Amino acid sequence: MNLWVLSGIAVMVGGFVWRLNPLVVVAAAALTTGLAAGMDPLAILAAFGKAFNDTRYVSVIWIVLPVIGLMERHGLQERARALVAGMKGATLPRLLTRYLLLRQITAALGLTSIAGHAQTVRPLLAPMAEAAAAPRDQAEADKVKALAAATDNVGLFFGEDIFIAIGSILLMKGFLEQQGIALAPFDLSVWAIPTALAAFAIHGLRLWLFVRRRG
Amino acid sequence: MIGLAQVYLLAGLAFAAFALLSARDGTNPRRWINAAFWGLLALSMLAGDRLGDLGNGVLVLALVGLAARGLGRGAPDSDGEARQAKAARHGNRLFLLALVIPLAALGGTLGFKHWPGLVDPKQVTLVSLSLGVILALAIGMAWLRPRPTEPLEQGRRLMDAVGWAAILPQMLASLGAVFALAGVGEVVGQLASAFIPEGSRFGAVLAYGLGMALFTMVMGNAFAAFPVMAAAIGLPLLIHQYHGDPAVVAAIGMLAGFCGTLMTPMAANFNVVPAALLDLADRNAVVRAQVPTALPLLAVNIALIWFLAFP
Repeated sequence: MNLWVLSGIAVMVGGFVWRLNPLVVVAAAALTTGLAAGMDPLAILAAFGKAFNDTRYVSVIWIVLPVIGLMERHGLQERARALVAGMKGATLPRLLTRYLLLRQITAALGLTSIAGHAQTVRPLLAPMAEAAAAPRDQAEADKVKALAAATDNVGLFFGEDIFIAIGSILLMKGFLEQQGIALAPFDLSVWAIPTALAAFAIHGLRLWLFVRRRG
Repeated sequence: MIGLAQVYLLAGLAFAAFALLSARDGTNPRRWINAAFWGLLALSMLAGDRLGDLGNGVLVLALVGLAARGLGRGAPDSDGEARQAKAARHGNRLFLLALVIPLAALGGTLGFKHWPGLVDPKQVTLVSLSLGVILALAIGMAWLRPRPTEPLEQGRRLMDAVGWAAILPQMLASLGAVFALAGVGEVVGQLASAFIPEGSRFGAVLAYGLGMALFTMVMGNAFAAFPVMAAAIGLPLLIHQYHGDPAVVAAIGMLAGFCGTLMTPMAANFNVVPAALLDLADRNAVVRAQVPTALPLLAVNIALIWFLAFP
């Protein structure tokens, strides 16, 4: 057993921990592992080049950007903000649960960038959550704002994989195809639905408990 | 037959347009680096099959080199008042335009089955997605009446915001291929068998789910953890030895990784930047708020793999 082939994994971990450019880290990891397996550098370069060419469809997703850009130019983000602002007056758990649902559904449609920490959480959701919670001190206010940011992350992460053309779905398709397993993006994205429902239930429950515990 | 070749042609043209528009973007101090980066990606899409394996390898090295130099960004779209007015005029119908792409992808995937010979059945989703993009653009142009270059200009703006990260998933999928050639999966599989009780399918599922979350926490990135854990435990044990459904193992394994993303300050964009944006005293406050959701959800994901992958 040649344990040295694992050196590429060590390079990945080290490179990410030291915050080097991830593309450089990935290239270095491929080189290290290939050398450790006794491949010569040109063969590694050719193998990586072939795999890169075979998995080009992973980067095809970016053709949606002109459509999203066009919608944004005509006020899509402003519309999303109006939807969030329309939730004003709701209690804290109701506000954040509605936002969670909105974020999950839009992310599942591929609209991952219409909301986010800079776009909606800071200008809208966090102040609205704070107003709804009426915190007693700064520490409690911070907790409410952190919960608003957390709600955005949970909604995004466990919504986006339902969309067939998101990076992670195509990465999985590309990886499996390199290993001789052919799958359609659709086969992968449907399996994101059970987790999306569980994420909504678990995080939603926490939002309700947050208020009751404060009671 | 319509297949990947036509999809790559469309993507190549889009990247070529991004490259040309980047070169013309006077507000971007590094516009030539951006132009070269998107231009090489256009070349890969349009002519990758004619470059040869080594040629493609050199192309990747050039992309990595440009990314290491650093891509730039132009001025953001600043006309907020005009957008506000348009948003008020178009209302929620804007979201309907957003629905065109996923509906076309879904409809095409199901519908082209009844039209054999028209679309390559293996690539029907990507072909349908591309048609959805063209359809959405056509509807958008007819309805919103923008300047003809506006969609590509706006696409270029968003592309620059994504930057080099645009090709990270493709790079990681390629890394998986080199790992497979070098036999990383077999080695980790043998190592794992020392920790996972012999013949314990549950032990393997548990190691896979926890490993995905832990690796993601260390690297701050589930995309990077996926090829490692899939090569190590997912493929050799869950899929090959225990005959688990590869779609379930991969898809829910990735989501177990996302649970790790919720629990690590290494995922700075999601967890540390918002703490700064919201002026929180504790820069790990967002991580703390997420752990109680992430842990039970990780348990659910592991259970889902256990129940759904082995019917």
